[in-house]
Amino acid sequence: MTAYLSRRFAGMVVVMLMVAAIVFVIARVVPGDPAAVMLGSNATPADVAALRTQLGLDQPLPVQFVLYIRDILSFNLGNSIFLNRPVVDAMLDRAELTSWLTGLSVAIAVLIGVPVGVLAAVRRGTLLDQAVTAVSMLAASLPSFWVGLTLIEYLAVRLGWFPVAGYGNPGAGLGERLHHLILPAVALGLPNSALIIRFTRTSMLDVLHEDYVRTARAKGLGPWAVIIKHAFRNALIPVLTVIGLTIATLIGGAIVTETVFGLPGVGNLIVSAVLRRDYPVIQGALLIISGLYVLINMAVDLLYAVVDPRVRY
Amino acid sequence: MTKPRSPGALLIARLLRRRIVVASLAVIALIVGAAILAPWVAPYGPTKMDIVHRLKPPVSLHWFGTDDFGRDVLTRTLYGARVSLSVGLMVVVLASLLGTALGLFAGYIRKLDAALMRFTDALMAFPDILLAIALLAGLGPSLFNVVLALGIVYTPRVARVVRGATLVLRELQFVEAAEALGASDARIMLVHLLPNLVSPLIVQGTFIFAYAILTEAALSFLGAGVPPTTPTWGNMIAGSQQYMNQADWLIMAPGLAIVLTVLSLQIVGDGLRDALDPKLQRLM
Repeated sequence: MTAYLSRRFAGMVVVMLMVAAIVFVIARVVPGDPAAVMLGSNATPADVAALRTQLGLDQPLPVQFVLYIRDILSFNLGNSIFLNRPVVDAMLDRAELTSWLTGLSVAIAVLIGVPVGVLAAVRRGTLLDQAVTAVSMLAASLPSFWVGLTLIEYLAVRLGWFPVAGYGNPGAGLGERLHHLILPAVALGLPNSALIIRFTRTSMLDVLHEDYVRTARAKGLGPWAVIIKHAFRNALIPVLTVIGLTIATLIGGAIVTETVFGLPGVGNLIVSAVLRRDYPVIQGALLIISGLYVLINMAVDLLYAVVDPRVRY
Repeated sequence: MTKPRSPGALLIARLLRRRIVVASLAVIALIVGAAILAPWVAPYGPTKMDIVHRLKPPVSLHWFGTDDFGRDVLTRTLYGARVSLSVGLMVVVLASLLGTALGLFAGYIRKLDAALMRFTDALMAFPDILLAIALLAGLGPSLFNVVLALGIVYTPRVARVVRGATLVLRELQFVEAAEALGASDARIMLVHLLPNLVSPLIVQGTFIFAYAILTEAALSFLGAGVPPTTPTWGNMIAGSQQYMNQADWLIMAPGLAIVLTVLSLQIVGDGLRDALDPKLQRLM
């Protein structure tokens, strides 16, 4: 276990270093002088030079890279040019909303995906199975912003069941917050349930053919006891992997969904940063979100051992 | 005894056995045809304004209604298809070129494998849309830059598939024979390995085509993609947002166009994968 953990951890550190290097390169492929771009056309050469010094852009590239890694390790991701405050603080302020949105969307995707996938596998080849396959393919083809706009128009504007946009008043309670998040979570979670449905179905089909499932049936266990206790538990590993991937996809999807629903979360911050060319924010978002992705994947790997006692690291 | 058929003919026969795949191919052909023939089949000009008839609901003169400038939505959806489909196709070409190079080197040259694969792992650690908008923030929004950014975003997917296939192929006897004859690494990769990678590349390319269309639409919607003056499906939806109350039909034609195209591509991709999968062939 310790040997595996340290190997896995070393691999993670290598990937994170590569991630940091990619972000470093992206931030420096900007055509022209980033300092001049950030300050706009009204800046004097002296202002530009001052910002270059402040950002360390006047140093040679290898020195810049070392300084950059040192900053990352001390959680210093620089200051937002536009908001004039540390990037980490700006992201943390908005992280709560995005966590709720992502969490709810994952819950929707899993609560639809897993049971429907199991059902399709159990009723393999029937009309139900075919319908599930068709619907999940359709769901995977839906642009989430289009679903979002349609939901807003019909369920919020016309029927008035949900708020049209935003996240409620600053002092709003949990209930009101959740009310604001239901439509965005559906718009984000629904298209992403498709992948979970398909993986659950395939994984269950593999397992349902196994001898131990036949044995369980032969000793007279009820059909659903076999499906849940014997088959599903063993089918869970690939499903967990895809749920991990879904969480990461949903964090990316939140960028679009928050824009559609006017939610002031991390995604919204990123889109504004892109439109204003606020590079430190973009750079910080890339680092934090990809770091989360790597951590989630590692957590999923470790969960395997919990789900399947045969897995020993 | 029947005449042995070529692998290509067998593949096509196996693909056409499924009606849903045939239907999807027909839909794709229809959309591609309409996109190419847009100047001839579109009922109006793409920028022809008719302010008197702005925001009109669908009628026989305008099947999908008119937008805020009185432009025909069907016409603009057809012209939008040209841009959205071209972007998708160019992304597939770029990602296939970059990904094949990366995957071949990683799979065949053992020394490079670990480094190149950690690099693709790192690229895949960014959500597609985030990496794309970050690249576009630096490069600036333009049609060419959207293709470049999405090409980079989808490169790791190709690289992984190509590497996986190369790892299997390099252990086969024909590669060993070529090595024994003293063929160079470059020759083995280009002449012996590459032709055998065509099928996984086609399958992966079909899916990337679908994802690229979805992501391009999202990028345009966010204002970070193709400049809004060019009609793409994403831009049409973005531009219609503020008129949703008066004219909810505006997002229907471009939205359905995206869904139909992406759905058909995914069904064809699935069909291709099944048709090419030797495990499934035995079952059929």
